Amino acid sequence: MSQTITIDPVTRLEGHGKITIQLNGRGQVEDAHFHVTQVRGFEKFAEGRPFYEMPSLMARICGICPVSHLIASAKACEAIMAVRIPHTAAQLRRMLNLAQMVQSHALSFFHLSSPDLLLGMESDSAKRHIFGVAAAHPELGRAGIGLRRFGQHMIELLGNKRIHPGWVVPGGVTEPLSPAHRDEILAGLPEAYANLKLAITAYKSIAASFKGEIEVFANFPSNYLGLINEDESIEFTDGLLRLIDPKGNIIEDGIAAPRFSEVIGEAVEDYTYTKFVYYKPLGYAEGSYRVGPLPRLNIVKSMGTPLADIELAEFKQISAGPIESSFHYHHARLVEALYGLEKIEQILTDPLILDKHVRATAGVNRLEGAGQIEAPRGTLFHNYKVDEDGKITWANLVVATGHNNNAMNKGVLQSAKAYVKDGKFTPGALNRIEAVIRTFDPCLSCSTHAFGQMPLAMTIVNADGEVVDTLIR
Amino acid sequence: MSDNVEVKTLIIDEQEVSARRGQTILQVARENDINIPTLCHLEGLSNIGACRLCLVEIKGSNKLLPACVATVYEGMEVTTNSERLQQHRKTILELLFAERNHICAVCVSNGHCELQTMAQDQGLTHVRLPYRNPQLNVDASHERFTVDHNRCILCTRCVRACAEIEGAHIWDVMGRGINSMIITDLHQDWGSSACTRCGKCVQVCPTGALFDKSKIGSDHPKYPDFLPYLNLMREAQ
Repeated sequence: MSQTITIDPVTRLEGHGKITIQLNGRGQVEDAHFHVTQVRGFEKFAEGRPFYEMPSLMARICGICPVSHLIASAKACEAIMAVRIPHTAAQLRRMLNLAQMVQSHALSFFHLSSPDLLLGMESDSAKRHIFGVAAAHPELGRAGIGLRRFGQHMIELLGNKRIHPGWVVPGGVTEPLSPAHRDEILAGLPEAYANLKLAITAYKSIAASFKGEIEVFANFPSNYLGLINEDESIEFTDGLLRLIDPKGNIIEDGIAAPRFSEVIGEAVEDYTYTKFVYYKPLGYAEGSYRVGPLPRLNIVKSMGTPLADIELAEFKQISAGPIESSFHYHHARLVEALYGLEKIEQILTDPLILDKHVRATAGVNRLEGAGQIEAPRGTLFHNYKVDEDGKITWANLVVATGHNNNAMNKGVLQSAKAYVKDGKFTPGALNRIEAVIRTFDPCLSCSTHAFGQMPLAMTIVNADGEVVDTLIR
Repeated sequence: MSDNVEVKTLIIDEQEVSARRGQTILQVARENDINIPTLCHLEGLSNIGACRLCLVEIKGSNKLLPACVATVYEGMEVTTNSERLQQHRKTILELLFAERNHICAVCVSNGHCELQTMAQDQGLTHVRLPYRNPQLNVDASHERFTVDHNRCILCTRCVRACAEIEGAHIWDVMGRGINSMIITDLHQDWGSSACTRCGKCVQVCPTGALFDKSKIGSDHPKYPDFLPYLNLMREAQ
């Protein structure tokens, strides 16, 4: 008799999702699925709106990474306008994107994942949250909140608003950076470095104790996709996409936004609203790949900043080729955050950073435009078609969670096989299966920030639909 | 006292005030720092009494009068802010919000919108009526400006500014009742109309219905204060 185990909702993620584990008659895990249970419809209701409204409209998709959508959308609009934005605007946007990456990585590491990492997967679920971390490790709790505040405050200093800043517009940004705000960002950097250093030290001291998890947390060979600069250093805002195979060989290089749709396809499965993104020449699901912090570090040869390069060299010691276990996303996130702080510092010393010319203007010069960037969670792609008046006739968004969807499902199955034995599971097992999803830090639909105390029910249902066992925390 | 006397004395909100003959209740109230909310009224344009937000109570009458067009008379006793009036004003605002698609969060005028400010001032926290969610067009055919009918409250300030100040009369109203729409020329696209591109209509629009394409971004404040000045300078010529 087959049974189904459901984890609903999956907690400490951006958005709502659930996990279903299918058992066979012998109580062994046969299949597992990760479902995203909401549909948003942004692509549909963008139709008919003027293209220059897209950045602020699309930013509303998410309260954690609105900046990613703002910039990807603005880039797609600039392709429609056929303009090149001023140097200063490009640098300011790059800083904004990095500030968001730092705050989002701080959120993922400290607020969402550190309860598992620092308190333990088996620890009391009533205390397994950021406040529990703050109680057990006050200095780390403070560091997490401080680092996130730095990123958020910097977004506010640049864009006047912490969430959904309307500062990024097609053609550049609305306001130049003031000397006072530049100085305030610079003044906040030393504390941000110190907070991040605490996190890196803490992570390194506990990583070895998660050997079991590293083995089964989406640990398999896959392809990896991410933006990269010409000198093979990491890039979040510009650059071109590179896809590598499980051995680290380049499958395709130099993918610019207009070519994205030629090589990247989206497949649909019945059980989830999130699409499955794949590399077209290899087909679905063979052409699936991972995106985000771990793939980015697998792809690049350097970070391009001194401290992060030292950390990257140490990170790459984990494995000779691309690093396969998604558990290492946590580590990669910290390396990237360090790069973010260093790069912000570098950009602030750009002699033109206070320049007043920060916006280019134009009308509709092309009827289609695409933009791609690296969001904290991975590659983000916006593509719009417009009529001659500039009204959107068609829109398509490919988000990081779609790229990672296949890997997350495989990861859930892998960990379920390891932790559900003979149809039995423990709260710790249940948390570990959720934690696999958390390594990817997916943004499911970003509308809800499920956090800590939400009820989590795992149910075993037999073939007749009768509940034979339940576990609620 | 005879009705022909130029100066009238009346009471607004228990305050004795004096006015000149022919002045509206709204003019007298504002001269005396008494606030009466308005939306369709704009200093420098003719008054049409369309939005009904400025309704006031007159002692001895069951009828509520629009302060923007009702003129004062000797011995008038006006109440501008009773509970009954507050309820009416809230209901009017709720009807405006329910009629079309006002999504403040993604609107160009967010933070600079007279409708939004009015709702805040009147303490509107909910809309009790079902939203109509009509499917309305956005006309982006003009080189510089866009009209989004989703955000139009039919105050007709644009119609009056274009006809009375610019003298072009490109804007007008089509249809009746709930089907009313503002149109350019004889319902042609704005871009192909005889528009003079002066932009006055955009500046007087209280919401994000009319906006400047180049101003999309965090801030799109409007500056309708030029109208009385423009009128004054024309009279002086």
